[in-house]
Amino acid sequence: MVSLKVNLSGLELSNPIIPASGCFGYGKEYINYYDINILGSFSIKGTTKDLRFGNATPRIAESNCGMLNSVGLQNPGIDHVVEYEMKEILSYYSKPIIANISGFSIEEYEYCVKRLKGINNVGIIEVNISCPNVHDGGMSFGTSADMAAKVTKAVVKAADKPVYIKLSPNVTDIASIAKACEDAGASGICAINTLLGMRIDIKKRKPVLANITGGLSGPAIFPIALRMVYQIYEAVNIPIIGIGGISSAKDVLEMMMAGATAVQIGSMNLTDPYICKTIIDKLPDELDKLGIEDINEIIGGAHK
Amino acid sequence: MGIYAITSMKQLTYDIYEMKLSGDTTWIKAPGQFVNIKIDGLFLRRPLSVCDISENNITLIFKAVGKGTEILSSMKPLQQLDVLCDLGNGYDTDVVTEKPLLIGGGCGVPPLYYLAKILIKKGFTPNVILGFNKKDDVFYEEEFKALGCKVYVCCLDGSYGHKGYATDVLSEIDYDYVFTCGPEPMLKAVYNNCETSGQFSFEERMGCGFGACMGCTCKTRYGYKRICKEGPVLFKEEIIW
Repeated sequence: MVSLKVNLSGLELSNPIIPASGCFGYGKEYINYYDINILGSFSIKGTTKDLRFGNATPRIAESNCGMLNSVGLQNPGIDHVVEYEMKEILSYYSKPIIANISGFSIEEYEYCVKRLKGINNVGIIEVNISCPNVHDGGMSFGTSADMAAKVTKAVVKAADKPVYIKLSPNVTDIASIAKACEDAGASGICAINTLLGMRIDIKKRKPVLANITGGLSGPAIFPIALRMVYQIYEAVNIPIIGIGGISSAKDVLEMMMAGATAVQIGSMNLTDPYICKTIIDKLPDELDKLGIEDINEIIGGAHK
Repeated sequence: MGIYAITSMKQLTYDIYEMKLSGDTTWIKAPGQFVNIKIDGLFLRRPLSVCDISENNITLIFKAVGKGTEILSSMKPLQQLDVLCDLGNGYDTDVVTEKPLLIGGGCGVPPLYYLAKILIKKGFTPNVILGFNKKDDVFYEEEFKALGCKVYVCCLDGSYGHKGYATDVLSEIDYDYVFTCGPEPMLKAVYNNCETSGQFSFEERMGCGFGACMGCTCKTRYGYKRICKEGPVLFKEEIIW
């Protein structure tokens, strides 16, 4: 029997498959498709201090092997999430979730983390310093090692859970930013968020997205995500959650060999709501074919 | 939900196609709901409103307007499609109306067909306005007539039926409630010109179609709504333009 169990800073997951923030809502939309309790965990929609509508529509554009979104962190605000969504999740998901938070100032990140204190079904706090779709903050914290370290330090101090920092790929040297987060006390790294891109409607001679630019995700970005996780693994000694374009059990193995302890599946959930279940079902066979008994054996396995 | 086989494919106009699928239809609960179709080679599914259902059969009508719908239009009977059903709220037919009026514009016409059938079953045969740009675009006039509906066809260029917009014939019709679907400028014209309450079906670019990605959210008087989940049908009273 192949073991799929992995451990993220003390949080044991039955398997390394985690739907990514923004692609899974609060999980509720998927319970008609399969029992989501089979997931290792899932990351909730990015939450800010205050309610946000997000950007104007259209917020979605297609591209080859992927898509762009410019949702812009639509969410009901951390107070509502704590008082309503987090409680509702208990009725259909029995494991700890990953609470994804975002902010426009260090104070806002701190506020969100403090509101999450003492909530038992939060396993990890995932700090998004990499949203490309908000103009007054978001990604700017993730594009400088100094700012990333400052946010990390503040959040770690205020949190009672392991803090993972979700990094932006829209930088020249992601490994140095990951290292700065580790030095500032982060328990882990999530990489990568979406890549900044755009599409133009040639009939209208206008950008497709109302926000002009958006974040590219989907299988198109998998090799980039893989390369970045590989680089981060060389630079830090904390667990990495690999994210970016994963669409099959084989991709999961590649991402783990690059250095990820667990993975998040993003936009593939939108086009195939069963994708995480399919991957979880196929993982034991894929490992078996390679003669692997414990999935932990392969973490970082591609580094000589 | 799942794999559906194409049973027939019919070209209705130069760019409008009618496709019939066989498979489980019990997922579809209301007229105005839509399905989301996976197309090989394209990342996002393509949402299409349900035109009609019968036992084990779904009728879809679409305009070949982009990459996805062009691929769909070239598909043949016996080919299979991966389809998600049970999407969107659909029209609420429990509202009190004895003289319903259906107003469809272009690709917005199809969902009104199943809606008309449901209303007729309830004992209220609707009047129907179908708006098109020109004669060559007209489809489903006879199908609505066959249900027993009085049909007003409007063509912008005057090449067939009434000359002008769908809303231009409103004053000729006795109605107490409006159900409409079509391009946004038409919906807005209906909103501004109809004298009753009604339900309006909207379109938006979607990521998932089942409420997960927040890609299609709009503002309403009752808060933010996802066009794919709490929509696509909104009540007149809640719409913010």
